[in-house]
Amino acid sequence: MTKPLNLLWLQASGCGGCTMSLLNLEQPNLFEALKNSNINLLWHASLSADPNNNFIDVIEQVLSDQCPLDILCVEGSVVTGPDGTGKFHLVSGLNIPMMTLIEQLAEKAKHILAIGSCTAFGGMTRSNKNQTGIKGLQYSGEQKGGLLGRDYLSEENMPVVNIAGCPAHPEWIMHTIQAIALNKFTRDEVDSFQRPKFYTEHLAHHACPKNEYYEYKASAAKSGQAGCLMENLGCKATQAAADCNIRLWNGHGSCPKAGYACINCTAPEFEEPGHPFAQTPKLAGIPIGLPTDMPKAWFIALSSLSKAATPERLKVNAHSENIKITPDMARKKKVSK
Amino acid sequence: MTRKISLGPLNRVEGDLDIQLTLNEKDTESTFIESARINSTLYRGFENLLTGKSVMDALTITPRVCGICSISQSVAAAKAIANFAQIPMAENGQRVTNTLLATEMVADIITHFYLFFMPDFAHPAYKKMPWAEQVNENFTAVSGSQHGMMLKARAEFMHIMGILAGKWPHSMVFQPGGVSKAVSLSEQMKLLGIVANFKSFLEQQLFGDSLANICAIQNQAELENWQQNHSKNHSHFSTFLTISQSLNLTEFGSSTSQFLAFPAFEQNTNNYYHGGVFLDQKIQPLAHEHIVEHHKFAKLYGSEFSPSQGLTQPDVDKKDAYTWCKAPRYNNHVMETGSLARQFIEGDALAQSLVNNTGANIHNRMVLRLIEMAKLVTQIEFWLTEIEPSKSFCHHKALPKEGTGIGLSEAARGSLGHWFSVERGKITNYQLVAPTSWNFSPRDNQNIPGVLEQALADLPYANEKDKQMLQHIIRSFDPCMLCTVH
Repeated sequence: MTKPLNLLWLQASGCGGCTMSLLNLEQPNLFEALKNSNINLLWHASLSADPNNNFIDVIEQVLSDQCPLDILCVEGSVVTGPDGTGKFHLVSGLNIPMMTLIEQLAEKAKHILAIGSCTAFGGMTRSNKNQTGIKGLQYSGEQKGGLLGRDYLSEENMPVVNIAGCPAHPEWIMHTIQAIALNKFTRDEVDSFQRPKFYTEHLAHHACPKNEYYEYKASAAKSGQAGCLMENLGCKATQAAADCNIRLWNGHGSCPKAGYACINCTAPEFEEPGHPFAQTPKLAGIPIGLPTDMPKAWFIALSSLSKAATPERLKVNAHSENIKITPDMARKKKVSK
Repeated sequence: MTRKISLGPLNRVEGDLDIQLTLNEKDTESTFIESARINSTLYRGFENLLTGKSVMDALTITPRVCGICSISQSVAAAKAIANFAQIPMAENGQRVTNTLLATEMVADIITHFYLFFMPDFAHPAYKKMPWAEQVNENFTAVSGSQHGMMLKARAEFMHIMGILAGKWPHSMVFQPGGVSKAVSLSEQMKLLGIVANFKSFLEQQLFGDSLANICAIQNQAELENWQQNHSKNHSHFSTFLTISQSLNLTEFGSSTSQFLAFPAFEQNTNNYYHGGVFLDQKIQPLAHEHIVEHHKFAKLYGSEFSPSQGLTQPDVDKKDAYTWCKAPRYNNHVMETGSLARQFIEGDALAQSLVNNTGANIHNRMVLRLIEMAKLVTQIEFWLTEIEPSKSFCHHKALPKEGTGIGLSEAARGSLGHWFSVERGKITNYQLVAPTSWNFSPRDNQNIPGVLEQALADLPYANEKDKQMLQHIIRSFDPCMLCTVH
């Protein structure tokens, strides 16, 4: 058994969705997993017992160095408004702004995990002109800095680890914690946005079951149709750093599998795409956001060729809700010609 | 002599909650609560995030109000858009939407019972109770022996979300005319298997009886009979009933006993829950134009607004304001919403029997939530079975450029409504009123306290048991503070 680690989980200006996602953890369940990694949960807003004022005691003990803080998890963005006072979110019991409490705890933490895109970059709460003064822990949108500043390093000389996602997948969160407990989570494990590489080294596009539709640019025109979602319906999976279609959500799913666009939610500033989420912005009929690192001219050339080669089966099925022409029917048609 | 104390931060409620109590201390033995002020301490201003956005963006943005009630928000938004554009929902779309909404409600109810509500009985104040040892062993927060099994069963049940919604929380499968994913025959079979699996957990661990028997309990006498016959089986429901009896939980937690419910779960042109209000001792049809939000004690500009013309502008240092939550009122009445309210209004026999006997108290709220869960699981089986894989799951219609939309639905915790206006294809105003906004509202413009504020007033606050009773009352509402302020 690894040495015991104290974990404190604060909820800032978020929606609680990342905790809810974490409760979906399987094999083992969340409480077993924490036990297996010898994690002592000092406090979690949704889960801890707290017979009266335990939270305040815990904070006092951590801030006075009586209680080591191995892992600080923050869920939800930091609200600095109005006008830098942080009064949009006062911590009950302590009556100080949550942003101040986070700053104080950050000085004591050996590791800080930003749980979810809100905490990492600002997330949805930052959209539409950031009316409440939202920051991420170490980023504001794409800009490094955030609440703690670009130079912030934890007691173990780690920057904030951004477990980005909206919500974060339970395994993205738990595997990071597990790896920290096993001393396997070094600075090399994070990408240029400080997100764990173990999931951001993939694209959400990898293993999407609509791959054949994508290959031929046989695209859905309306929601509910089975075709590829990139050309018309706003799907950004070809740009999104995540392993959603490999790891799968809730045992089976992903956004594109359920017929709706990947909105690139692990990326900073996903919340303001500059166009309706479910529509692909185009210039002269060509999607503006191209697949990651693909040269535009080649993309246009490939797409034209693919469209010319699209089998009838895919053309028809792409615009249907249910499969109309099966591979078997297509083969029979060809044979009988 | 009066004194003010603060209960906070309250954990095992979703979001941030602080309660200011004014205590009257004539002598230590007869200290009681003179008044309570509920403070929702986080302001995010989600309604303003929608101003200027395209209508369909509401389907991506509103679920992010809350990760617990994500689907409830999506369904209300989709309904509002359907209302705005007059898009009829495909029947298969209704079945899938209902299944997903009910699945989220069930997950809420089961999570709340085990992780939020029961741990309060594993408290030193109860160490002399005959059930103390067992309850401490089973339900202590985080380390209780029964939580793991529930988490496993819940996570497996949530595979419904993986298959039908892509992921939970925050799915954009919901469309005004249906859902964006068709269901195959095999998926339909798989879904039924997942429900059967969860049903086993409920029958063996939670209830210790078949769901059919649980759903057949028609009135208070039959419930008491069931309790007597099952007191030895140590199912978790049975344990709760034993605790409830020993602590007289029917005598605590009552408030205004005026109830509100919105229509929910569309079935063709009908609804599984029809919605309505219980006012002046009778059940009456819902007239949503009577809903007004009062701002006097909220840190917001303005006085009172109908949600269709609502305003959310923060005024952080406003005099007398003590919360970010507006005070919703129905024709100036304080209304309780939730599982108890909607079942009572629907005419559910057990709900009416329990409430007519002892009112809307801790015991009845919890019993009716758990039994509603049993009924919803049975209903999910029905909706899934009715799915016709070869038919359409989504209707389409172009959206107008001008107009308004209203979407009313039920979340686990009660009535949820979305109101929006559109000009030149963009949202000009979006307002939502959430269930806990009703239940945990502050005083209104006439200084009348909200549901919980009334429930806490005049309660004794002299010893540990008195103090712990407050925790049960608060959590019997299963509050979601994230939806509350939004």
